[in-house]
Amino acid sequence: MIKKAYTVYMGLMLFFLYAPIAVLMIFSFNYSPSRNYWGGFSLRWYRDLFNDPHIPQALFNTLVIAVLSSLIATIIGTIAAMGINSLGRKTKSIIIGVTNLPVFNPEIVTGVSLMLLFVFGIRVLGFGEMGFATLLMAHVSFNVSYVILSVMPRLRRLDGNLFEAAMDLGAPPMRAFVQVVLPAIRPGIITGALLAFTLSVDDFIVSFFTIGPGVNNLSTLIFSMARRGINPRINALSTIIFIVVMILLYIINRRDSKKRKEHLA
Amino acid sequence: MKRIFVYPYILWMSVFIVAPLLIVLWFSVTATAPDGTVFTFYHFTRFFAPAFEGQPFFQRIYIAVMTRSIRLAVVSTIVCFVLGYPLAYALAKFYSHRSFLLFLFMVPLWMNFLLRTYAWLTILEQNGVLNAVLSFLGLPTVDLLFTDTAVVIGMVYNFLPFMVLPIYTVLRDMDNSIIEAAQDLGANRVQVFLRVVFPMSMSGVISGLTMVFMPAVTTFVISNLLGGGQFILIGNLIERQFIHVGDWHFGSAMAIILIVIILFMMGLIKLIDRQPKEPDGATVERGTLY
Repeated sequence: MIKKAYTVYMGLMLFFLYAPIAVLMIFSFNYSPSRNYWGGFSLRWYRDLFNDPHIPQALFNTLVIAVLSSLIATIIGTIAAMGINSLGRKTKSIIIGVTNLPVFNPEIVTGVSLMLLFVFGIRVLGFGEMGFATLLMAHVSFNVSYVILSVMPRLRRLDGNLFEAAMDLGAPPMRAFVQVVLPAIRPGIITGALLAFTLSVDDFIVSFFTIGPGVNNLSTLIFSMARRGINPRINALSTIIFIVVMILLYIINRRDSKKRKEHLA
Repeated sequence: MKRIFVYPYILWMSVFIVAPLLIVLWFSVTATAPDGTVFTFYHFTRFFAPAFEGQPFFQRIYIAVMTRSIRLAVVSTIVCFVLGYPLAYALAKFYSHRSFLLFLFMVPLWMNFLLRTYAWLTILEQNGVLNAVLSFLGLPTVDLLFTDTAVVIGMVYNFLPFMVLPIYTVLRDMDNSIIEAAQDLGANRVQVFLRVVFPMSMSGVISGLTMVFMPAVTTFVISNLLGGGQFILIGNLIERQFIHVGDWHFGSAMAIILIVIILFMMGLIKLIDRQPKEPDGATVERGTLY
């Protein structure tokens, strides 16, 4: 009886979550741009989407920024985490506290503060402008914190003497790192990199304040399009993004559960 | 030896985390005067100042926006809690296909936040899907888009998973033998829930409330797309100052005020978490649940 009530409730909540997405997807195939009239099945909005002068460039920017910022943040974050891990308790907690700031700060504050930093920096340096480079720096700067927070727990569990032991046995520092430390902290690094990548792809607020005129990533472009009202191209774009996300998540989920099964066997 | 790795990071952190916040603070307490930059609290007093002599406090334009932001965020947080707790409970206690269901609830979260908000534009507008369904059923149509209700719907839709996840995690990991012990001691279902399960899930509730309230009180996107008018939420005010007006001093002061509001509300939320005394004086160890 109670279980049935919960099933009904869960169904309602799933409806609430999926109905808006379903509406977008259905109307992306509507020939008519209207939302209360079905003008017949058509792919015209998909054709318009691919012929749009701005969308492919914005998609490219989003992906390049996500790849570059997560890569750079992973390198900076991993090295920093190793350094932080070797510190005394007091200094360590201060540095971790500051590292946590971008995670707990409201995004709008992070956004405007980085905007002011870049404007200020450009004025002091006397060159440069808001655009692709500032966007990349902004994404790297919030991603570094997440990478450090993912790598730190792994490092803490690692016996600090292992690195020294490897060097005592004659391994040069680089080799000791690659063969001893790196394998132990790899899961943390991968988690951090994936987190950084998703945060970067999904980010709108920080991008909005740091991107500068004339440059767009997918989020800022959708915002300026949606602001002008309904646009069936956005429906087509949503449908494609939803399907890609669904497939990716499904693959990741399958791989995870397979791994778990192998682990149990 | 590894310690040298930390110095470049300290430099990095100072430039990209500490300096930007200090610049915001600096802008909030300075103004550009003809004879250079001067130190002033003008931007803060401007926020609270009346437009004319004797204007009631809550009618002052910025105060009204601030209280409206807090009100809408509180309403959204409460709605998320009321909808989200039973959902988390059902997911944690009743389902064998838990991971698949959780997967279903998480998928929309992975879609671009703007697209999720935009979807409601299609549904709520006057010629939208909701009104089409209502008139098909012979019911009167509603005009929701560009109202506070639309903003709340947008917030709940976007932030509900942030409420469900932490509560679900706590409930899932709860030790069943404690519940059985309560039942053995004669507690009925309602008592078990109110006096054992709910108090023990408090840590999840607290993080859920925090994780919904924070983005709800700072958003400017949802109110921009679904809300009406120019001054909607404090996030919109800040966005306007930085993007359109260019008064960074006033914008920075509002950012500082926003941070203060958040810290204050976090304090309030923490108050709920006062450890309830068990009848016999024993307290439930809550920290160990996470």
